[in-house]
Amino acid sequence: MFVKIISRPGTTREHETGSWRMGLKPQFLREKCIDCSLCALLCPEGVLKGSGKNTYQTDYRYCKGCGICAEECPEKDIIMVKEEDEA
Amino acid sequence: MSDANVYAVKTLTSKEYFAPGHRACSGCGQAVAVRMVQKALGRNIVMASATGCMEVVSSPFPQSSWEVPWIHVAFENAAAVASGIEAGLKAQRRKGKIDGRKITVVAMAGDGGTADIGLQALSGALERGHDFLYVCYDNEAYMNTGVQRSSATPFGAVTTTSPAGRVNSGQLTWKKNMMRITAAHDIPYAATASPSHPLDLVEKVKKGMETEGPAYLHVLSPCPPGWGIAAEDSIQLARLAVETGIFPLYEIDKGKHRITMNLEKLVPVKQYLKKQGRFRRLSPEMMEEIQERVCKEWQELREKAEQIDPSAGADEALSKEQEGETEAAKIFRVKAGAPV
Repeated sequence: MFVKIISRPGTTREHETGSWRMGLKPQFLREKCIDCSLCALLCPEGVLKGSGKNTYQTDYRYCKGCGICAEECPEKDIIMVKEEDEA
Repeated sequence: MSDANVYAVKTLTSKEYFAPGHRACSGCGQAVAVRMVQKALGRNIVMASATGCMEVVSSPFPQSSWEVPWIHVAFENAAAVASGIEAGLKAQRRKGKIDGRKITVVAMAGDGGTADIGLQALSGALERGHDFLYVCYDNEAYMNTGVQRSSATPFGAVTTTSPAGRVNSGQLTWKKNMMRITAAHDIPYAATASPSHPLDLVEKVKKGMETEGPAYLHVLSPCPPGWGIAAEDSIQLARLAVETGIFPLYEIDKGKHRITMNLEKLVPVKQYLKKQGRFRRLSPEMMEEIQERVCKEWQELREKAEQIDPSAGADEALSKEQEGETEAAKIFRVKAGAPV
């Protein structure tokens, strides 16, 4: 008997991990961004994207709210806010 | 900002080969490292992955995070399977079934799959000289089964199988030096890398890919639940591990040691240790012991590097300090781990 053991590539996208956030989510102030793209490079999910100054944004469907982007931003232009405070 | 290093980060592909939705813990340093390594590797690769955290989080059946050919194999034989893939590709190329394009064969495993269980398969593959890149993601214990000690667990770290009690305060043995073991096989390329220094990591992955013959890459991957740290601190901890000299970044290129992240002064290990829950029970004497050992190993490493290449001194790094850059650019340059 053959069992299909091959998964299609990239199918974990079906599983949205945004519900894992523990009350905090990143907010992009878009004031002092220098377009270094460090936040995009250091996001464990790889959902933080942008091109050019003040364009960086994350996909809240997948963001687990770890806070690495806010911690590593050299200009501190990303802050962690409470979920309900989101503008 | 016209800093060349910023440009270098942007030359990295924005394409993701490691899809979101994987089940890695929040703030997983290993997921960051895997993403960076995948970006550097590109898509002409075949991967063999041993059991471990990354296998568990990236392939919850019937889904998969990978967008490159990827095979899950048993805990002990990632290197053996990679050897087989490499031999198979060679045979197919000889028979004209595939074109002559270079396909990189990559094996990935955790520290358990490398230093403990997969060591003999790795040793065999390195000795046979297969053309592949072995990437070890070192999170310093068996994290996915609930933090059991491995031979890569550092001295003094508390795990469930090396608990702190009245007599002992954690792991009693020192971390196994995988770099020395792999370098003893006289392989063309071996290096250590850390996700806190992405440019350095990418450069090393590319070097490893281009190397004819086996290449070994040891990547530090902080683990928030296992190390007892906050999720947002994982990259910062990786940086501290480099700056304290606990995990020096260096490469052994055809027998020549080269320190790629030169440190003028080591940060006291206390700063690294006190941030982590797993070192909470360390006594001051043990901390002193760790500091002594780190200094000794750093000194040995520097001697090895200087023996071959006397120009890799500390003065040169200073003179290369770029003038006139903004404070943020400087912070960025240091954070991104631009080679000195």
